[in-house]
Amino acid sequence: MEIKEIQEEIIDEFSMFDDWMQRYEYMIELGKSLPLIKEEYKTEDNIIKGCQSKVWVHAELEDNKLVFTADSDAIITKGIIAILIRAFSNQKPQDILDADTQFIDEIGLKEHLSPTRANGLVSMIKQLKLYAVAYQTQIED
Amino acid sequence: MLDINKIREDFPILKREVNGKPLVYLDNAATSQTPQQVIDAIVDYYQNYNANIHRGVHTLSQEATDKYEQARLKIQKHFNAAQSYEIIYTSGTTHSINLVANGFSALLNKGDEILVSAMEHHSNIVPWQMLCERTGATLKVIPMNQEGELRMDVYEDLLCDKTKLVFCNHISNALGTINPIEEIINKAHKVGAAVLIDGAQAAPHLVADVQALDVDFYTCSAHKICGPTGVGMLYGKEEWLNKLPPYQGGGEMIAEVTFEKTTYADLPHKFEAGTPNICGGIAFGAALDYMNGIGFEEIAKYEHELLEYATQELLKIDGLKIYGTAKHKTSVISFNIEGIHPYDMGSILDKLGIAVRTGHHCAQPIMDFYKIPGTVRASFAFYNTIEEVDILIAGVLKAKSMLL
Repeated sequence: MEIKEIQEEIIDEFSMFDDWMQRYEYMIELGKSLPLIKEEYKTEDNIIKGCQSKVWVHAELEDNKLVFTADSDAIITKGIIAILIRAFSNQKPQDILDADTQFIDEIGLKEHLSPTRANGLVSMIKQLKLYAVAYQTQIED
Repeated sequence: MLDINKIREDFPILKREVNGKPLVYLDNAATSQTPQQVIDAIVDYYQNYNANIHRGVHTLSQEATDKYEQARLKIQKHFNAAQSYEIIYTSGTTHSINLVANGFSALLNKGDEILVSAMEHHSNIVPWQMLCERTGATLKVIPMNQEGELRMDVYEDLLCDKTKLVFCNHISNALGTINPIEEIINKAHKVGAAVLIDGAQAAPHLVADVQALDVDFYTCSAHKICGPTGVGMLYGKEEWLNKLPPYQGGGEMIAEVTFEKTTYADLPHKFEAGTPNICGGIAFGAALDYMNGIGFEEIAKYEHELLEYATQELLKIDGLKIYGTAKHKTSVISFNIEGIHPYDMGSILDKLGIAVRTGHHCAQPIMDFYKIPGTVRASFAFYNTIEEVDILIAGVLKAKSMLL
């Protein structure tokens, strides 16, 4: 599925919730189901700066597609990463670079996060895009 | 007995809702809420006599100067300083600490030692590290035990004739521990060291008598005692304030200026460069009037009841651990539930209208000591109620059921 389609799907899912409580419960569920990063990748280098809780992200190229795995010590943060990974993982680096992140606003995620968490969200997206830049360069080389 | 319902009427903000729920404000150790009486003092200043002080001959300037200096007298009286000029207005505790640290850079030599407690706020660690870098002095740490109490036996061993300064908070912001500052001060004086006590967390709960304590420097921020942000005070013994060089250059702090030489103004103006936070100073005075009107003894007694009740109810929750269990502590409870990150707990409590602090509370060394990323901290003020403690407990249970 293309990034755009996945994002539409996420927007649809979130539109079913009436209140923040259900959204949080869903994010917590997503967090619990997040494909965990291998222990060996939970290194200082893989920690995303700018998050209040610890967030590790690892990226690997498989068949010219970028696969992300991640973890966090906070479960709601894990839920947020799970949403991002679902939208961006297993995609071509160039597509990740081209993708917009409007869907984050549309699912009302930011407004439900504290400013520190919202900043962390921005840092996470930035990090995913940075990986895409790096691997895109590698492919072009 | 305090009439809490009547007291709550003084605080307009307590009537508001957060996320559709009545606000339960339990982040008082970060900043206290502001009563109408203090808000009125701020409005009165800007509506009726806003002017620059100590300079003008006109009526407004005179009025503003009078009120500002009256507020200094209120602060002097409150902390029982011997002289009004021993009270320096600052922008808050951090500014006060930097002022003293900067002053000591002229007085310290290589090999001198500075002692700080292990339960310090970052603002009480970084200025001393910077001071040590500038002077070649060494920073040493007074450790604490598992309960969050200072190891006074180690403190005694650390004190020696090289010790020039001891810095310690009166009450820990992260743990609520009330430190034995009388003993800390007495023992430091025996080796000739000066002592600065950070009273930021103590000022809302008890009255420090600086003369009885014989403390050299004491500081606090107005915003933790129902005053506005951006203003605080530094008490310094006259002899010490005379020894320290000025911190910042500017207007107000000079006696005479030529291009060849400037002579500095007398205390307290030597340390009060530039136009100060005039309104803030006046409102600081109004806040002390308000708090003293209620009475610190009554406040301490009531807050202790809240602390005991909240501690007892929180400990009934399976897997909950409280950090900071000192025998002497104020109404601050730092806790975690096994398997739950403090940020997750804090986020859900916020959705329920409950304001708590989560994280390391600007005291990372304490978190490292307990090997935790942070805690959830509920801190109570005299305007909080037993019902609000119950709402907190229900909120924690709700969050726990969602997160585990």
